[in-house]
Amino acid sequence: MNINSFRYCMRQSVVSLRRNLWLAVVTAGIIAISLSILGGFLLLAVNADQMIRNIESNVEIGVFLEDGASIEDTRQKLDRHPGIHNYTFVSKEEGLRDFSRSLGDRVLLVGMEGENNPLPDLFRVRANEAEEVPSIAAEISAYPGVELVDYGEELVGRLLNITGWINTLFLVISILLALGAILLIITTIRLSVLARQDEVGIMKYLGASNWFIRFPFLLEGMTMGWTGTLAAAAALAAVYYRLASSLQQEALTFFIQPVTDTTRLLPIFVGLLLLGTLMGGFGSFISVRKFLRV
Amino acid sequence: MIQLNNVTKQYPGCADPALGDISLEIEQGEFVFLVGPSGAGKSTLIKLIFREQLPTGGRMYFNQRNVTALKQKELLEHRRKIGMVFQDFRLLKQKTVFENVAFALEVLGRPPKEIKEKVPEALDKVGLLDKARSFPDKLSGGEQQRVGVARAIVKDPLVILADEPTGNLDRDNSRQLMDLFETINQGGTTIIIATHAWEIVDRMKKRVIALDGGRMIRDEQRGGYCHEH
Repeated sequence: MNINSFRYCMRQSVVSLRRNLWLAVVTAGIIAISLSILGGFLLLAVNADQMIRNIESNVEIGVFLEDGASIEDTRQKLDRHPGIHNYTFVSKEEGLRDFSRSLGDRVLLVGMEGENNPLPDLFRVRANEAEEVPSIAAEISAYPGVELVDYGEELVGRLLNITGWINTLFLVISILLALGAILLIITTIRLSVLARQDEVGIMKYLGASNWFIRFPFLLEGMTMGWTGTLAAAAALAAVYYRLASSLQQEALTFFIQPVTDTTRLLPIFVGLLLLGTLMGGFGSFISVRKFLRV
Repeated sequence: MIQLNNVTKQYPGCADPALGDISLEIEQGEFVFLVGPSGAGKSTLIKLIFREQLPTGGRMYFNQRNVTALKQKELLEHRRKIGMVFQDFRLLKQKTVFENVAFALEVLGRPPKEIKEKVPEALDKVGLLDKARSFPDKLSGGEQQRVGVARAIVKDPLVILADEPTGNLDRDNSRQLMDLFETINQGGTTIIIATHAWEIVDRMKKRVIALDGGRMIRDEQRGGYCHEH
C-alpha cells in the first residue's frame, strides 16, 4: 500500500466515522469505561504494591529471647550478620517500663518487677533490604536462645490477600467489559460495511486489493478504540492526580502515600492506549473477516 | 491475447454446464460481440475472463499468462488491465461524476496529480466534461452509462468487458454508446460486449461469437446477431 492509498483509506475511515457518529461515540464510550476500570485496577495494584513494600521495609524484626539466654551471644551474631542494618536492645526491665508507660496505670503491674517480670529480653532488628526480612527472620529464629521471631507477616499477608481479591474482581469486570466493547465494535463495523457495500462491490471490479478494501474499516475500529482509551486515560489521570495530591496534603503516614513516579505510571497509560487500539483493530478485523466478502 | 482452450464451467448443483468445451482466441484490438439467449453463458464467459470465477475445466490465457493459476497479486494486476462496464452502471450515488471516475484511479493508489489530469481526459472522451460536478441521479441513463465507460477507460485498460451495456438504454443512447466503444476500440483497446441488442450487432458488422446452452455455436468475423440476418 503506497502513500496515496493510505491517504485514501484514512479519508474513507473519517467519512465512515462521521456517517455513524453516534454509534462510534457509544462504542468509544464503552471502551473508555472498560479501560478506565482496567486502568483503575492497575493503578490500585501499583499503589498496593508500593504500600506493601513500604510496610515491609519498615518492619522491624522482633527477636524475643528465652529466659536466661545469653544476650551477648545474640548481639555478636547480629553484629556479624551482613543483611542487618541496625538493631536496638530492649531489656525486659525497659520493656516493662515501656509497657506500663503505654498503659498509663502502674498499679496493674505492681509485683511484676525483677524476678516476676513476665516479658522477655528483646532485640528490634532492621534489615538492609525489605525483601530479606523473611529470610533474616528465619535465620535468627534458629539462633540458640531465641524463643520467638515476629515481623508482622500476618499484616502483610492479609494485605496481599485483600489486594489479590480486589485485583481479581477488577480483572474479571474489565475482561467482561472489554468483550462487550469488542462485540460493539464488531456491530459498528458491520453497519459500516453494509453502508458501503455498493462501493466495496465496485472496488473489487476496479482491481482494488483486499487490504485496500479492508483497511479503512480496520482504521475506523482502531480510531474508536484509540479515542475511547484516550478518554479513559485522561479521566483516570485527572482523578488520580486529584486523589494523589489530596492524599499528599493529608500528610498521612508515609506508607499510604500514592505512587507519583512517572516511570511507573507511564507504562500503565501507554499500555492502555495500545490495548484500546488493539481492541478496536481486533473487533473490526473480526467484523471485516465475517461480513466483508472480498 | 485472450485464449480459451476447452474451457468448461459447471456450477455446483446444476445438471448442465454453464459453459461447455469452449475454445476461442481474441486478438489485441478486436471488437467482439457475445450473443445468445438468456442463460447461454455470455455473462459466465465475461466472469471467467475477469477471473471473477474459475473454470472447472480447460485452460485460459491472458497475454500468454495462465489465468487459472494466478496468485493474489497477479490476479489484481490481471483485473487492473480490464475495464468493466455494467448493465446497471454501478455508479456511486453519493459521489459526483468526477469522483466516480477518479475512484477507479484512487483504488489503484495513483497520485492526485495523475487523477486530476486523467479524469478530465476520460470525461472529455465520453463527452461529459461539463457534467463533472453533477451527481449520477441528475444524469440520463445514457449519460450514466458513459460515466461508467469513462471509469472503465480512465486506467487505460487493455480490454473492456461490457455485460449488456445497452440493457437499460433506449435506441439512440445505445447507438451513441456503441459509437463510443468503436472510438475507444480505434485507439487499440480490445472490446468484448455481451448483448441482446441484435440491431446494434447487425449494424456494426463486428466479430460475433454466439453461445447457446453453454456451447459456442458460431464464431464469425463481421457477423450478425443471427445467421438469417
